[in-house]
Amino acid sequence: MTDLIPVLSDEELREINAEIAHVPVPAAVAIDALKIVQAHRGWVSDESLQAIARHLEMSAEELEGVATFYNLIFRRPVGENVILLCNSISCWIKGCDKLQAKISAQLGIALGETTPDNRYTLLPVTCLGACDKAPVMMVGEELHENISEQGLGDVFGEDGG
Amino acid sequence: MPVIRIDGVEYEVEAGGNLLEATLGLGLDLPYFCWHPAMGSIGACRQCAVVQYLDEESEQAGRGRIVMGCMTPVTDGAIFSLGGDRAQQFREAIVESLMLNHPHDCPVCAEGGECHLQDMTVMVGHRDRHYRGRKNTHRNQYLGPLIHHEMNRCITCYRCTRYYRDYAGGTDLAALASRDHIYFGRHQEGVLQSEFAGNLVEVCPTGVFTDRILVHDYTRKWDLQSAPSVCTGCAVGCNTLPGERYGRLKRVHNRYNVEVNGYFLCDRGRFGAGFVNSDKRLEYPGLRREDGRYDALDHHRALQQLQAACNQGNLAGIGSPRTSVEANFLLRTLVGPDNFSPGFADSEQPLVNLALQLQQDSPAVTPDLRSIESADAVLVLGEDVTNTAPRIALALRQSVRNRAYAMAADLGLETWQDAAIRNLAQDERSPLYITAPGDTPLDDVAAGTDRLAPQDIACLGQAVAASIAGDSNEAGQDRAAEIAAALAGAQRPLVVSGTGCASGEVMQAAAAVANALCTAGRQAMLCLAVPEANSLGQALLCGADAPDFSALQQRAEAGEVDTLLVLENDLYRRGDGDRIDRLLAAFKRVIVLDGLDNATTSSADLVLPAASFAESEGTLVSLEGRAQRHFPVFPPPAERRPAWVWLLACLKELEREEAGSLHHFDDITRACAAAIPGLSGIPAAAPDHHFRNAGVKIPRQTHRYSGRTAMRADVSVHEPKQPQDEESALAFTMEGLNRAQPGSLLPYVWSPGWNSNQSLHKFQGEVGGPLKGGTAGVRLLQPGSGPVVSGSTGPEPFRAEDGQWQLVPRQKIFGSEELSALSPGIDELVTPAFVELGSADAESLGVADGDGLELGDGLARLELRINDCIPAGCAGFAAGHAGAENLQPLARVTLRRAEGWQRREPQIIGSDGGGGND
Repeated sequence: MTDLIPVLSDEELREINAEIAHVPVPAAVAIDALKIVQAHRGWVSDESLQAIARHLEMSAEELEGVATFYNLIFRRPVGENVILLCNSISCWIKGCDKLQAKISAQLGIALGETTPDNRYTLLPVTCLGACDKAPVMMVGEELHENISEQGLGDVFGEDGG
Repeated sequence: MPVIRIDGVEYEVEAGGNLLEATLGLGLDLPYFCWHPAMGSIGACRQCAVVQYLDEESEQAGRGRIVMGCMTPVTDGAIFSLGGDRAQQFREAIVESLMLNHPHDCPVCAEGGECHLQDMTVMVGHRDRHYRGRKNTHRNQYLGPLIHHEMNRCITCYRCTRYYRDYAGGTDLAALASRDHIYFGRHQEGVLQSEFAGNLVEVCPTGVFTDRILVHDYTRKWDLQSAPSVCTGCAVGCNTLPGERYGRLKRVHNRYNVEVNGYFLCDRGRFGAGFVNSDKRLEYPGLRREDGRYDALDHHRALQQLQAACNQGNLAGIGSPRTSVEANFLLRTLVGPDNFSPGFADSEQPLVNLALQLQQDSPAVTPDLRSIESADAVLVLGEDVTNTAPRIALALRQSVRNRAYAMAADLGLETWQDAAIRNLAQDERSPLYITAPGDTPLDDVAAGTDRLAPQDIACLGQAVAASIAGDSNEAGQDRAAEIAAALAGAQRPLVVSGTGCASGEVMQAAAAVANALCTAGRQAMLCLAVPEANSLGQALLCGADAPDFSALQQRAEAGEVDTLLVLENDLYRRGDGDRIDRLLAAFKRVIVLDGLDNATTSSADLVLPAASFAESEGTLVSLEGRAQRHFPVFPPPAERRPAWVWLLACLKELEREEAGSLHHFDDITRACAAAIPGLSGIPAAAPDHHFRNAGVKIPRQTHRYSGRTAMRADVSVHEPKQPQDEESALAFTMEGLNRAQPGSLLPYVWSPGWNSNQSLHKFQGEVGGPLKGGTAGVRLLQPGSGPVVSGSTGPEPFRAEDGQWQLVPRQKIFGSEELSALSPGIDELVTPAFVELGSADAESLGVADGDGLELGDGLARLELRINDCIPAGCAGFAAGHAGAENLQPLARVTLRRAEGWQRREPQIIGSDGGGGND
């Protein structure tokens, strides 16, 4: 069955190998390798995970333990833009629940879901390190601060994007 | 020794331990989950919380602090309270939190009644659950035919991964996800790959990992009848506790023996006894008719037939290395030593005799498993112990950690500080060198592996011995010098070899290394694996000059003997079919005593059904020369009898003088000990049938054993009298005393409040120490004075020959042993017989992985597996597998593509759809 696993792309391998050059054992770059593959593919599939594990001389279980420990390594497909809505204490005080309801209504997706057009995936996150500007969320690489229900329209458009 | 105070009472405790160990060792109750006596402390579950006081003043004021027992060293003058209110409340709260997601499914859980979580919950007094939220639920995984997975029950103590990965070296079980999503399982469904996965059943404190065979044929622990037994899966002699109900062997649990298996078994041992329930078991004696079919007889008529045959004929006998010393001794008595063959294959007999002789002669110590774990440098020569004597491999895995313990000692860390020591040591290991004719499952912890033909293994071994002795090295023997330096630099060096690669030269080289180390003043150990549960006992019984099959055949052909009795031995596994046909054809009559229908019973004129190890008493001599007694777990059906009963009855019918004084099983043991100097110690393996524990017998049934009246109510409402056991100190009842008896007579572990196997510490003098009643078994071998090592250079190096390949046995934990391979679950894991070649050799033959190869001139047709660890010029073959019987180890054979070979379809991994169905 192992023969069926697609090899990682040359670009992915080049980047992973560059990381390996800095560490004593390949398994030490497990997180970096997962991030590299996710950067290229949006998420980490079973096949990708098995390929990375083989490249890093780890068992798939060892790497799966790492991959599933971190909530920002995606082991299921996500949309083009991942919305990370903070629900930690500051953002909660400042009404993130209402924001989430609004986003869900606007985009038609609950937490953990992806819009049918594959543009957005909505996920909760425990902290984005910007409590002084709560409530906050990230959409893709961009941090949105002090968001209000009205402000959401600017981000997603009135029609939900 | 430090004195500590617990709740106002002063106790003297062992220095260097932790409080939890000390507390349990003192007989006090303190709940715990993540700690395990064989795996040390990590302080993760917070269950063993106690209050520690700074001094007496703070004790009186009740101003203490909560500490974890498992992480707290015992120091002189330390003051603790187990019963202190806050500690008690804390422990109750911990159980309540661990139970948040635990289902209320005890009535349908296979762990129920022997669940550590149940015991601890009751112990802390937690009763009412306050949590009203939803419980997490998980999908279960198919983990193979042996282990059942029910993840919802998990309390995240991490014992499973600590055992599976850290202790047993498995890689395919991990803690996945985080927080309250944690999941212990595989990346994808599939068979757990570790040969020791079955211990998860006993390691898991609740019902996440349970015995899948038991789950589908279930009986609660308290309803099982069990007896002390010894595993017959290989020669290690692990102590086991098989459990029975309704005449069926339900499961095998570990029976603690501090010097042998400790807390763990291998999967062949745990799951390989299911053959006892096989449809192929013989229930009635059978007499062959003219048409080749058999008439069933009762045992009286069968005995008449046996007696008549013995009266008419001149007897010869073939014994069995897989059954007891006593049965073999009786058959040998019946037919006479000159006409008794031990029952080894012709090529195997000199190897087993050599293994015995080398251990008797060598000044090196024959180690028990605990000593193997203590080795700080190991050389394995030619033996794939994971597949021939699996429990040794688990012990070797622990031995490589001695470097870590040494590093820890430098820092003043105690050995139970598991996480700290693993962090400290990282990949530092004591040296383990493995030399074998292929890869082995221990290679991952080896400092060096050499894949060589058997002759070259012997050469390397001799070179190591020469190097230790200081003889100048030949060029190109850097490896030998490296290994020699590692062994000579160690405090407790160990050499492991055995009959596994079928080469006497390899074992001689191993002995040469051990002897050289002794000569150099080291405390060397020499461990030689032999194939079967009583191989060594058979060699001790019969001596080196016992006739082999060829000798018996010659005697039969010369007309000296004409009636052959075969004891529990399928001869067709010990030679090629034609050869065995000729052997049997040389006799007028063939009488076979065996448990299961096989090719040999099918050739017999008279078949007598023999009780299995689980229905019979017997003494087995393990590879370390330890004689151990197994006792019947349940009586066999009426017409099936232990082989010793058949043979003793026959001797008595024949009015043989030797039988006059034999009334009980113990009498046979004693007669054997008196007659055979090498076995003189065997009566001491266990107390005799006169023994009483505080005046009463020892019960095989727990005091909660239920339904005895109802068990046969569908047949008759009259409860039959319980069978009487006249042969041992054990009884087939629940009456008696299972407490403080000799270690060899422990039928189950249970203690008030401790229903699971964790109750074991109540039977130990100290945690991890010997049983209070003493360690089971008696050692028969003493280190020899040893011949001085000569500068032997060993055999000639191996030379590959064009068009000829040397057959090297490849042993498999599942498949190479006869009876375990017939057990449910394991039968699914046995692969079809195969032949292995390196890719260059395969290329030269123009064949690829999965093609068929014909070996020799029609000797076998086997599937090819490409394996680049097989030395050039060698062909590995699946030893002991159906289809490979005709292959002679180390013979040179031709290989060619098998005509008309059908390649197998790729296998799809099956699934039972996960759990939830128990």
